[in-house]
Order: sequence, then C-alpha cells, then structure tokens
Amino acid sequence: MKMTVLSPGPLSTIQDEGRFGAMGKGFSPGGAMDITAMKLANLLVGNAPGVGVIEMTMLGLTARFDCDSVIALTGADMSAHLNGKAIRRYGSVPVHSGDILSMNAAQHGMRAYLAVAGGFDLPVVMGSVSTNLKCALGGFQGRKLQKGDELPLNHSVSADLFGARQVAVPEEYPETIPLRVLLGPQEDAFTQSGIAAFLGNEYTVTDKSDRMGIRLAGQKVESKHGVDIISDGIVTGSVQIPASGTPIIMMADRQTTGGYAKIATVISADLGRAAQARPGTRIRFVQVTEQEAIRLRREEGKKMAQWEYEMLYGV
Amino acid sequence: MEQVKFLPCGDCALTVAFAQEIREETNRRIRFLAARIQRAGIRGLQETVPTFCSLTVYYDPLVLSRKRLERYILRLLAAYRDDGQDRKRIFEIPVCYEGEFAPDMEDVCRLTGLRREQVITLHSSRDYLIYMLGFLPGFPYLGGMDARLEASRLDSPRTRIPPGAVGIGGKQTGIYPLASPGGWRLIGRTPAVLYDPHRENPIVYQAGDYIRFCPITQEEFQRLLDCGQTDIREVTV
Repeated sequence: MKMTVLSPGPLSTIQDEGRFGAMGKGFSPGGAMDITAMKLANLLVGNAPGVGVIEMTMLGLTARFDCDSVIALTGADMSAHLNGKAIRRYGSVPVHSGDILSMNAAQHGMRAYLAVAGGFDLPVVMGSVSTNLKCALGGFQGRKLQKGDELPLNHSVSADLFGARQVAVPEEYPETIPLRVLLGPQEDAFTQSGIAAFLGNEYTVTDKSDRMGIRLAGQKVESKHGVDIISDGIVTGSVQIPASGTPIIMMADRQTTGGYAKIATVISADLGRAAQARPGTRIRFVQVTEQEAIRLRREEGKKMAQWEYEMLYGV
Repeated sequence: MEQVKFLPCGDCALTVAFAQEIREETNRRIRFLAARIQRAGIRGLQETVPTFCSLTVYYDPLVLSRKRLERYILRLLAAYRDDGQDRKRIFEIPVCYEGEFAPDMEDVCRLTGLRREQVITLHSSRDYLIYMLGFLPGFPYLGGMDARLEASRLDSPRTRIPPGAVGIGGKQTGIYPLASPGGWRLIGRTPAVLYDPHRENPIVYQAGDYIRFCPITQEEFQRLLDCGQTDIREVTV
C-alpha cells in the first residue's frame, strides 16, 4: 500500500502536531503550520486528529495511489484534481488504485494539507512523525518529498466505514488580515512611538518567509537601547524585532531560544491564519487582552467539536 | 529571596525572568525550578525551556490559569535551598586540536598571542557549565572560558561547519552537535556523536551539566571512529 510522488511541489513535508518534550534541549517543535487545517483533514478521513499529513507550500504535489483509500484536502485551495476531474476540499474523497491526484498553485492561502485514511506508515522519532529539515529528522527520510518517493500507507479499514464526510469550507484567506497579539515579553525594550508604530501600521509579508518565520516589511519599530537581550525562550507566534527594526513572526521551525527582543506574541487562535499568509499579504497587529485570547482559544476548540458533530450528524 | 518577573509569551507560555545577568547561582535556581515543574505532573503544564537567566514555561490556559501557575512557581522558588549537595554531572568529550580539525588555530594563536599548546591547555583544563541549549539541538552555551582565549568571530561565517566542531566565538566556547552554518573560530573536533535521533536520549547532556574537553591526537581520533567508540562518557566526581 503506497502513494508514489510524481511531482512534489517546492516544499511538501510530512507534519503532525509537532515534536514536544525536547525544546529544552534545543529541538524546534515543528509540526503543521496551520494546525486546525491539519487536524480537520485527518477527521475528514476518520483519522485521529494528530496523525501525520502532507503539508504543501504554494504549489501542490502530483501523486499516484496504488491502493483504494480515502483522502481529504484542507487549507489553501490548490485546485486539486483526481484523474483530471476537480475534487472538493474539506470533504472525504475516495481514491482507487491507479488514481492520480494532481494539484496546482495556491489560489489563496499558502499551505494545503493532504490526509490519507490510516495515515502514512513512517517511523515515529522522538514522539512525532513531523519532518525537521534542519536535523534531517522524522517525516520521510528526514527531508522534503521528492519525485519518485514511495510513501507507505497504513492499512486502513476505517475509510469506507465512516462514509462520506464533509464540512462547510471555513474562512478563506483575504489579502489583509488582522493578527491579534498580547504585548510582551519584552515590550519595555521599545519606545512608546515604537509600540504605536507596530500596532498602527500595516506590514507586508515578504518572500523571505518560511516555516521558521514570517518576515515582514514596513514601518520600523523603534527600541529604547537596541534589541539585544540575553537569549531567552522563543514561542510560536513570538514577534521578534531584529536589528533591522522590522518584525519577524516566529513559527513552527523557529529556534527555541534567541537574543532579540520580542515586542509581542500572536495569540494561539490566530497562528493558523498567520501560517496561511502568503508573500504580499498585509498584516495588522491588534492588541487584545489575555482574557480575550483565552476566550478565542476556547472558540477554536469548540469549532473543531462542531465540525466533528457536523460530519457525523449533519448541521 | 531574589525577585522574579513573569513575562507573558502569548496565551500559552510565560517566561520566569531572574536578574538579567549570567551567574551560576541563577542557573542553579532555574535548573531546580525546571526539575520540580517536570516532576510535578500538573495538568496543563507542558514543558520548560531553561536559558541563561530565565525559564520559559509552556502551559494550556484552558486547564491551568496563569495566576495559579505563577503562584505555584513562587511557592517552588521559596522552597529552594542551595545546599551545594547537587551531584555534578560532567561529560568528557575527546577533542583533537590538530591539523585539519583545527582550521582556525593559527588565527586564534595570532589573536590571543598564545602558542598552540597554551591554547589547548587553557581550553581543556576546566569544566564548563552548560547554561542552556539552543540555536541548534544540543548546542551548549558554555560559561567560564578563560578570558585569555577570547577571539572575535569570523567576518564572514562558514556556510557549513561539520558536526563535532569545537569553536571559540568572542568570550564563549562551544561545540556543534550537527552540521550548521556558523561564525565561530574552529580549534578542534570531536569524533563523539553528540546528537543521535535514534538513541533513546538523542542529546545526553542538559542545562546544568558540565563539559570537559580532553585533548586527543589524530591517531586516537581515527581509532575511536574505527572502533565505534563515539558515545560521550559521563565521569563521576
């Protein structure tokens, strides 16, 4: 049982929820950039939410299945086709031996997720199948997918049991997005006008962005006495201001520690939206209270529960 | 007791910040706190990242509130006693300071005004405290290098430094567990495998442990490789 990659796209990797428990030893957590889309893809094929999926970046892959299974696509719209016929996103799609899945460039958004019923049969390294490119660790041989790769699939008896599953396509990806933030941990390293500039201007995502960080262009953020600090912890969503003065949002493959001051942190509920921001997207940082951030995190969890209900019993 | 500050890192983490200076005493406190948190098994507490003078704590705010977490941390810190009874874990790392393994040795001699033998002796004659791991998996930020060994970083960093390379960058010394770009001046290399993802413990040392460099010849380097003796050893003190 396998899926053969005919054309991999520029950056397609196996990702799950991430590799936790070793950040203190310097291991980035990695994992899907858009966790919600990753989990939803799994649920649509009857998998547990944290099973490894393929994350595709900007341009999707083309692949052939040599067995019957069920797949689902979420995240960015890369106009997927099966044997040349358009297939839906956010729904389960049966595939048969010999079928060819082909995808194109993302119309909106940045990252799409492909889940296969039963998941990929890949070794779990340090608790995760996520690909860590820097360490050549996890995923498929520790690297991004290449032409000719044969990804072994777990035998799945679940696929046809769960029947067709579908949810309404959630929010699409506008060209200007708000990202809600909590100030800190080092907002006091910046001047009042620096903080005002950060919260009052739009920033543009540059093409130097990757899974480590989203590099922005726009108004510089003024610091009081420079941005060097004694290295401390960096979390996913940390907005770091390097010497250049323009923000970088640290993402899944970030370093675990760093020596630049961090003015703010994107709240957990908005990380998926940040992950889908492609070069050219304009970002507005909006300060919220911690209470609001926690409420929004809870809403995210509820959304997932609602989707599961919808899949089982309809709207 | 030394006051700590709690710095918010979004809704799912906070950083416990101690006085912003690099001191062994602070590091012991951080290590104590990290160990207690890890052992506690408190619902919602996920993991910790120790750094020079802070500890970042990850948690899920839907099951553990920040207020409670802060109170808990303060209580743990109040119970801290530095009785000097902590067992010192030292890891011995064999390092060849010769030939191709030490491409920047001449520059370091020139910058420090020391002879090669002096560089090796000064570098290998003390135990370095691992303050934190970061930058790369298992990359140790070591404290306490002899000030006479201070040497500026390279003007343009190398695009690839091999795993096991030992270098000096400014006032710091360190070792690269895996291949990486980097700007430190390389004065040696170990045949020991510092990072092995398929080992039960991919990185054996942790913040709070010590590293001791032991000079070996090129022949010994080769012999260790040939007979597969590439584990690093913990020495008991």
